[in-house]
Amino acid sequence: MGKIDDDKVINGEGYQLTTLDKAVGLARANSVWPLPFATSCCGIEFMATMGSAYDMSRFGMERLSFSPRQADLLIVAGTISKKLGPILKQVYEQMAEPKWVLSVGACASSGGIFDTYSVLQGIDRIIPVDVYVPGCPPRPEQIIDGVMNIHKLVKKESMRRRYSSEYKDLMSDYKIEIKDNGAK
Amino acid sequence: MVLSNEDLQSQVEALLGANILHSEINFDILSIEVAADKIHSIIAQLQKDEKLRFEFLTILGGVHYPEQINREFAVVYHVHSWKHKIRLRLKAFLPLSNPSIDSITDLYPCANWMERETYDFYGISFNNHPDLRRILNEDSMDYFPLRKEYALEDATREDKDDRFFGRF
Repeated sequence: MGKIDDDKVINGEGYQLTTLDKAVGLARANSVWPLPFATSCCGIEFMATMGSAYDMSRFGMERLSFSPRQADLLIVAGTISKKLGPILKQVYEQMAEPKWVLSVGACASSGGIFDTYSVLQGIDRIIPVDVYVPGCPPRPEQIIDGVMNIHKLVKKESMRRRYSSEYKDLMSDYKIEIKDNGAK
Repeated sequence: MVLSNEDLQSQVEALLGANILHSEINFDILSIEVAADKIHSIIAQLQKDEKLRFEFLTILGGVHYPEQINREFAVVYHVHSWKHKIRLRLKAFLPLSNPSIDSITDLYPCANWMERETYDFYGISFNNHPDLRRILNEDSMDYFPLRKEYALEDATREDKDDRFFGRF
């Protein structure tokens, strides 16, 4: 490090070059606020995941948001009946962009063991899903693995995802309207 | 005072007489069959009777027997007497062509949701019910799912295979 004259250089404010997308992605990925939409046993596993033994706060996720307006990640854990479907869709629509969906367990992903007329055969029939976690119910380690995969997506995601044509096409497939505030 | 089923049978027969079309004891509960158009007055009689006092409706539900012509649907009532610690099962049969029966919500308010459930799953309509609409299934459902002609499975399923569910 050399001479004492270099002190100013060494201890001064440093800087790093990166793109804004990456910096924002890093910030978003480390403070994902989840909304737990837990209906059954997968929800109990999710509670264990939030508890001190598995400790989701390591990932900046300890702040559960029970209001969709402040949530970034919708965690659907459990059986969704057809009657509950429109409510889940409304919760998803109320979430502000950017938003991600984690489908936890066999029931949320495909209907699971419930091969019956009253159960929605997978939440991807009504809302887009980013990551599926298999298991009946999945262990907390599996849920954490799903969350890690969500983090990878969040880091890579473009800052203005919602204006891309792919995203608009995806939403129109699900008949979900994107409010355009004029920004491009 | 605890009544035996045989004592109950003789008392109910004395009270209802020819209104009982058939009676038997199965699963330790006395079961009587009555005409569907008289169900309201019969249950009112059992409820208001000073001696028997069937003051509690335990359950109300439907059954579908597709092989019984003109007796396709049964509405089953279980009434309970706190005083005698005994239960009585009543059955009324309805034809597929006109599955309707009088509501007993004026006698037992708890029958309200149970009648809605029976309507929801079997399409049995209850006359004079204050609010007869679906209760458990989605409102947009266009059939009655527990009628035997409809499959249990979801018609839109794609990844479910009978082999994985123990059905061959």
